[in-house]
Amino acid sequence: MSEKKKATPLLDELEKGAWPSFIKEIKKEAKRPMVQDLLGVLETSYEERTGHWKHGGLVGVMGYGGGVIGRYCDLQEEYPEVSEFHTIRVNQPAGWFYTSDSLRTLCDVWDKHGSGLTNMHGSTGDIIFLGCKTEALEPTFSDLTQAGFDLGGSGSAMRTPSACVGPARCEWACFDTLDACDNITQSFQDEMHRPMFPYKYKFKFAGCPNDCVASIARADMTIIGTWKDEIQIDQKEVRAYAKNGTDIKAEVCKLCPVRCIDWDGKKLEIDDSECLKCMHCINVMPKALRPGKERGATILIGAKAPIIGGALLSSVLVPFIEMKAPYDDLKELTEAIWDFWGEHGKNRERVGEFIQRVGLGTFLDEIGLDPVPEMITHPRTNPYIFFDEELEDDDEDDE
Amino acid sequence: MALPERKTDIGPPNYKKFLPPIIEKNYGKWAYHEILKQGIMVHVAESGDKIFTVRAATPRLLSIETLRLYADLADKYCDGYLRFTSRNNVEFLLTDEAKCEPLKKELTKHGYLVGGMGNAISNIVHTQGWVHCHSAASDASGVCKAIMDDLHGEFTGMNLPGKLRIAFACCLNMCGAVHCSDIAVLGIHTKVPKIDHNELPKVCEIPTLVSSCPTGAIRPANVEGKKSVEIEDPQCMYCGNCYTVCPSVKINNPEGDGISIWVGGKVSNARHEPMFSKLAIPFLPNNPPRWPEVVEAVSKLVKVYAANARKHERMGEWIERIGWPKFFQIAELPFTKYHIDDFAHAGETFKRSTQLRH
Repeated sequence: MSEKKKATPLLDELEKGAWPSFIKEIKKEAKRPMVQDLLGVLETSYEERTGHWKHGGLVGVMGYGGGVIGRYCDLQEEYPEVSEFHTIRVNQPAGWFYTSDSLRTLCDVWDKHGSGLTNMHGSTGDIIFLGCKTEALEPTFSDLTQAGFDLGGSGSAMRTPSACVGPARCEWACFDTLDACDNITQSFQDEMHRPMFPYKYKFKFAGCPNDCVASIARADMTIIGTWKDEIQIDQKEVRAYAKNGTDIKAEVCKLCPVRCIDWDGKKLEIDDSECLKCMHCINVMPKALRPGKERGATILIGAKAPIIGGALLSSVLVPFIEMKAPYDDLKELTEAIWDFWGEHGKNRERVGEFIQRVGLGTFLDEIGLDPVPEMITHPRTNPYIFFDEELEDDDEDDE
Repeated sequence: MALPERKTDIGPPNYKKFLPPIIEKNYGKWAYHEILKQGIMVHVAESGDKIFTVRAATPRLLSIETLRLYADLADKYCDGYLRFTSRNNVEFLLTDEAKCEPLKKELTKHGYLVGGMGNAISNIVHTQGWVHCHSAASDASGVCKAIMDDLHGEFTGMNLPGKLRIAFACCLNMCGAVHCSDIAVLGIHTKVPKIDHNELPKVCEIPTLVSSCPTGAIRPANVEGKKSVEIEDPQCMYCGNCYTVCPSVKINNPEGDGISIWVGGKVSNARHEPMFSKLAIPFLPNNPPRWPEVVEAVSKLVKVYAANARKHERMGEWIERIGWPKFFQIAELPFTKYHIDDFAHAGETFKRSTQLRH
C-alpha cells in the first residue's frame, strides 16, 4: 500500500445518489491493502481521465490455458498492492441460481485469497473474482474446486455457456435451457479450459424468442426456444384482459408483425400457419396465451461485437431442432463446425466472420447441412455465382 | 498434512442443487406470471403453487460483505434461495407473499432499489472501465451510476411505453450487448495510437500486431534502426485492437477519449426483428466523476421516447415508424457526416428511394 492513503474526493462523489454505489462496495473491502490501492489507482484515473491497467501475460493455474485474465497496473511504484490484479472467471451455475450457503462458500474462498470484490456477474455470465495476485491463483483454484466450483473460459476457447432462467421459473421456456447449458458445459470442459480455436466461441441458451440472454447478439452459437404448433389460447382469460382494460385490437392485433391474430370482442383467433413466433401477443397476455406444445429451438450462428470486422447478429442455421438430452444433434453439429473453422479460421477470426469470408454455401457443404430458404432474408441479387467445377446431377446422390 | 487431491475439469456445480423445492416440484410446469407491483412478480404453476420474485438493482461490482448480506436476507425471507439475472439484478425467490413487502423495505433500506420489471428501465449492463480494463476509453461503473442516479425513477416506476434497455461499454470491444440496446453508451478513442518504438521490439510480435488491424493500417517498419511498425493514420478508426495484442501501441489518450451514444437496438424477436443500435451522438466529453453531458443526453432521449412512442413500441420501432429525419428533429440532435457509415457495406445504409416526408 502506498505510504500515505490517497484522498478520493472524485470517487466520494459517487457514494451519493439513489442508485447502488460501486464505490461504497469497493470501500466495504478497503481494509485490505489491495483494495486501498485500487481506490488510489481509480482516483488517479478519474483525475487524469485515463486507465492504468495493462493486459496480458501468461498467467493462470496449472494445466489450464484460460479462466484467468492477467492484469497489471502501470503505476506499480505508487500502488504496489495492485501491481498484479488478475481476474478469475468462476463458472456460474446455470441460470445463476444460488443457495445462501453456496454464496457464503464463494465469499469465504475469496475472503481468504483475494480482494473481496466480485462481479455478479461478468458479461459472459461467469462469477468474476476481481483482483488476485499471481501467487494466490493456485490456492484460490484449489479451494474453489474443493467447494465444487471450477473456472470458466477465456481466450481462444469455448467460453462459459450461459442460459436464461428457463423452465425453472418461466412458462415460456420451449426447452430446458438450464439442462442444455449444463450438459454442453460439462461435455466440452477440455475445449473451455484449453484454448485451441482460432478465437472465442460462445454458447447462449434462451428459452423463447424474447431472448433474455441476448443470445442472438452475443453468442457464436445461439440457441433460442420456439414451437411449431398452435399458440395455446384460454378464451376466458382473453376476455378477462379485455374487461380489465387491455385494448386487444390496438395492443395485440395491430402490433402482430403479420397481422395473423384477430379479436371480435368475444373470441381471439390466430392463423398459426402465418405466425412468426415473435411472442408479442403472449407477452401482452401471459395469463391467456402460451407457446404451443410441440417445442424445440432454432439454432443460429455467428453473432459478435464489432472487433474486428464489424458487429454481426446470428443467422439461422437450423430452423427447428428438438432439444432433448443428451443433445447429440447439437454436439455433432458443434464438432463439425469446430473442425472446419478450427482448421481454416484465421487467428482472431470469429466463426461469423469466417462464414462471411468462405461463404455460407461453402460452410454448409463442409459441415454437412443442406441449404434451406429459412437461412436467408432473400436469395442473392448479384449474378457472380461461383459454380462447382462439376455440377451435381440432381438424380444422383453424391456417393 | 497432505494436500487434497488436485481436481480439474469438474465444471460448474449442477444448478439443481440450488433450486428451491417449489421450483423442483413445478419445474417446466409454470402456467403464467403477473407483475404484482414494480419489482415484485408471481409465477403460478399448473399445480396452483405460487413463487414470488423480488428483484433489486445491484451495481454489479459487489463486495463479499454485500453478498453475505444477500445470503442473510435470503435465509430470513426465503429459505436461502436467490438468483441473479442477465442484467445484474438480484432476485429473491419467496413462497410467502406476505414477506415480499418487508424484504423490499429491507433491501431499499440497504440501498438496493427494488424494480426493473415490465415497461421500465432495467439495470444497465456494463463493462469494467477504469476499475479493471486496459483498453477502456472511459470508466464504466461511474457513468452508469451517474445515469441511474438521474433515471432511477424509471427503474422503480413503470411508466414507459415499452421496455428500455440501456447498456454501456467502455470501448469498441463491447463486452456486453451494447450494439443491440435501446440506448447504448459507448466509450470511444478518437486519436491514432502513439507507438513506443523502444519498447515495442522487446514486448510485441510484429506479425501478430500487423494482422490485428482490421483496416490494414499497420505496416512493419524500421524506425531509427529498430524493428517496429508504422501506422497509416487516415486508415485508423481507433478500435484499439492493436493495443490489446501489443501494449507498446498506446491507444488511451485523455484528450481524445470520450463517449458516443447509439439508439434503437433490441435483441428480442417480439414484433420487429432484432436490430443494431445506430449512432445518435458521435462524441461527448469524458467528464468524471459525474459525466453531466452524458447524463443529460441519455435522460433527454428517455424523455423524448416516453413522450412520443406508442404503447409496447421499443425505441427502435418508434424511430423506424417516424423516420430518422424526424427523430433527429424532435430529439434536437445535430446530424453530421459522422452519422453516415463509411465502413464495409456502407451503401446499404444509404436511402435508396424517394419515400421521404416533406
